[in-house]
Amino acid sequence: MASLSRRNLLKAAAVAPAAAVVPLRLLVDVDTARAAAPNYAQPPERFLTTAEVSFVEAAVARIIPADDLGPGAKEAGVATFIDRQLAGPYGRAERWYMQGPWRHGEKEQGYQLKLTPAELYRAAIADIDAHVRAQHGNKTFAELDAGAQDGVLHALEDGKLELPHASADAFFTMLVQNTVEGFLADPLYGGNRDFIGWKLVGFPGPRYNYVEEIEQHGKRYDKPFVSIGGRDAAVDQA
Amino acid sequence: MSVARRLPPVDVVIVGFGWTGSIVAKELADTGLQVLAIERGEFRDTIPDFSPTFIQDELRYAVRNSIFEEPHRETLTFRNDMRQDALPMRHLGSFRPGSGAGGAGVHWNGQTWRFLPTDFQLRSHITQRYGAKFIPADMTIQDWGVTYDELEPCYDRFEYLCGISGKAGNVAGKMQEGGNPFEAPRKRDYPLPPLKRSAATVLFDKAAREAGFHPFPCPAANTSKPYKNIYGVQMGQCTYCGYCEWFGCGNYSKSSPQACVFPALLGRDNFELRTRSEVLRVNLDSTGKRATGVTYVDTMGREFEQPAGLVVMCAYAQHNVHLLLLSRIGEPYDPVANKGVVGRNYAYQITSSVDVFVDDILNPFMGAGALGQGVDDFNGDLFDHGPQGFIGGGYLALWTTGGRPILQNHVPKGTPKWGSAFKRALAENYLKSASIATHGSVMSYRDAYLDLDPTYRDVYGNPMLRLTFDYHANEHRMSDFLTERATDIAKAMRPRALHAKKREGRYSIVPYQTTHNTGGAIMGTDPRTSVVNRYLQVWDVPNMFVMGACLFPQNAGYNPTGTVGALTYWGVDAMKRYLRNPAPLVSA
Repeated sequence: MASLSRRNLLKAAAVAPAAAVVPLRLLVDVDTARAAAPNYAQPPERFLTTAEVSFVEAAVARIIPADDLGPGAKEAGVATFIDRQLAGPYGRAERWYMQGPWRHGEKEQGYQLKLTPAELYRAAIADIDAHVRAQHGNKTFAELDAGAQDGVLHALEDGKLELPHASADAFFTMLVQNTVEGFLADPLYGGNRDFIGWKLVGFPGPRYNYVEEIEQHGKRYDKPFVSIGGRDAAVDQA
Repeated sequence: MSVARRLPPVDVVIVGFGWTGSIVAKELADTGLQVLAIERGEFRDTIPDFSPTFIQDELRYAVRNSIFEEPHRETLTFRNDMRQDALPMRHLGSFRPGSGAGGAGVHWNGQTWRFLPTDFQLRSHITQRYGAKFIPADMTIQDWGVTYDELEPCYDRFEYLCGISGKAGNVAGKMQEGGNPFEAPRKRDYPLPPLKRSAATVLFDKAAREAGFHPFPCPAANTSKPYKNIYGVQMGQCTYCGYCEWFGCGNYSKSSPQACVFPALLGRDNFELRTRSEVLRVNLDSTGKRATGVTYVDTMGREFEQPAGLVVMCAYAQHNVHLLLLSRIGEPYDPVANKGVVGRNYAYQITSSVDVFVDDILNPFMGAGALGQGVDDFNGDLFDHGPQGFIGGGYLALWTTGGRPILQNHVPKGTPKWGSAFKRALAENYLKSASIATHGSVMSYRDAYLDLDPTYRDVYGNPMLRLTFDYHANEHRMSDFLTERATDIAKAMRPRALHAKKREGRYSIVPYQTTHNTGGAIMGTDPRTSVVNRYLQVWDVPNMFVMGACLFPQNAGYNPTGTVGALTYWGVDAMKRYLRNPAPLVSA
């Protein structure tokens, strides 16, 4: 419990207001406490409904499938990753400029939708499932077979499926990007479970020192996988 | 509007506390003056903010941008040309300015170059070598008003502040084996030897030689050995962890204001740093010729008037320009009349890459932000531009900055963006690929500029800055030429596949390209075409100086921080002279 109470203490310090005219010497303590409590371990909040989770699980399973190379995005927990991301500052577009006027711009001018990422997922999933139900005997996207799911994803990607309440292009781009993120981000965010993503590509995790190894050109690095949240194979099972 | 509370005066107020602000603060505090730096973001230091136990987090920093400028507080509007309506950059993309103590000096890679002598005299040099007609009519390049020889001691100071790892190619005119044979003469070698080489940079070096070029280890603000800098600050040895760009360094081995300046400055009686305080404007007296200080707002929304004898603008390039416009200092640039100075000559850089896929394991995750082999044969005016029909150039380099898997994976051309084929390409290429970068100059043009947006406002209700910018044919021709040369090297690496990614079409605010925004408050010798004189002193307001890449009249084919650092020392020397005898350092 020691670490818990320490976290609470730091949390209390972090909300103490720092008057802007206090000299630096006084500010440092407050700032130190704030920064020493990294917010990487986001609380496992949820945004998606059960039906939306089914959609995302099915979609990420097609974007990075389980196949002869091993488990894919679904097995790596990418739906959980996306759910937590959408429940957090990213899903709420907390750092984005989200004031009007809202205008449709040129593609060079970037994202101009009024929707936050979480809102975009919600609107797009509802539209896609409504489309699929109409086309496939009232089945949802998650209930389709893999080939039909790929067909829907291709239609989104190729601009052949327009959604009434969301930009198909913006949603598809975001979904693929978030899937890759969840597959290859540090496992502490809920994806890349058991280092599935990193083991596939050969990234050993954030390691601190390669002073010796960097000049061993061509040699495969075979130390255990590590993450910010913990490590793999810490105990030799042999 | 609330009435600002007036605070006791200080000798010097510095707006922004990144590389330029911290150097100016240190140098002027050394003279005994009372110095105050005002920073909009938070205080940050190596420990605890960049601790190695949590800083190596690609998602949090490189993907979710958690230590950069936050567009919800400050952004700009963008359009490609004057016929379009500018729209806000709603999240970061093409560039990523910093926010908080240390500025972008916290999250840079550390690629630290000197510009070429001809870069500083570009218009007169091009006119002399190729004739005035060689310069397109709408290209507004000009001379800087300062020469390489004048800046050489200033470059030297910045390099010995940072502890640059590298190998000189030219010491006082004597060519040095192993260095860049095209660099301008330097007084002495770099303070530290080059970094160790990654597998990919060794392949690149061999291939570049085969292609007939002259590769060398790129100068790096990543310390190859322990180092004590010119302010007596101790730095550590780089461990090649591969988390430089987008991250703070917890190892004291990437040069930054925190690693190189803070320990020698913070805690002094005659220096104060006020964070979470955003300067809204510089105040002038009734004559309009003298700055009386600045007005800033704290996190509670309270306004303060801070009187000061000297005002030094050290915010990020476009933010300096924004503040000048909001403060009504200098005549705003009008592209139609081609008159005015503030906002004029915005420039950028143009980049491209050639990905190479090889059979060997390259372990890309063992790297450092400025660990690279470069080729400088095609930079600036080092080659004959007559047959090429364009102005400018750039370097080619293979950097092993790291192998963060979300953003630094390469897949061969034609790979689908999803599905089993995508997954297979990730698995087969992550350890066995690298990318050759081209880093090209961008000239300044009459229709590339900064002004105030007529529609969108920032959190304080002030008009946002508006960016009007596109690549011109000159830049595309130059960049295509560099991409072809990079392809020559890529082919000589005998890869199983290569993918040349030319920069095509209009400039887009969406994909990350480079945080090398320049111009808008440029230096020069004529008050009709520059905001500051050659000593970086505002023509109209002599007790005000401007620092940073906003001073560049056009952009060169190198990363700008080395030149920004050199100009800071050049400017601070001028400030010291001004403080002894407060008058314009150049008569207009």
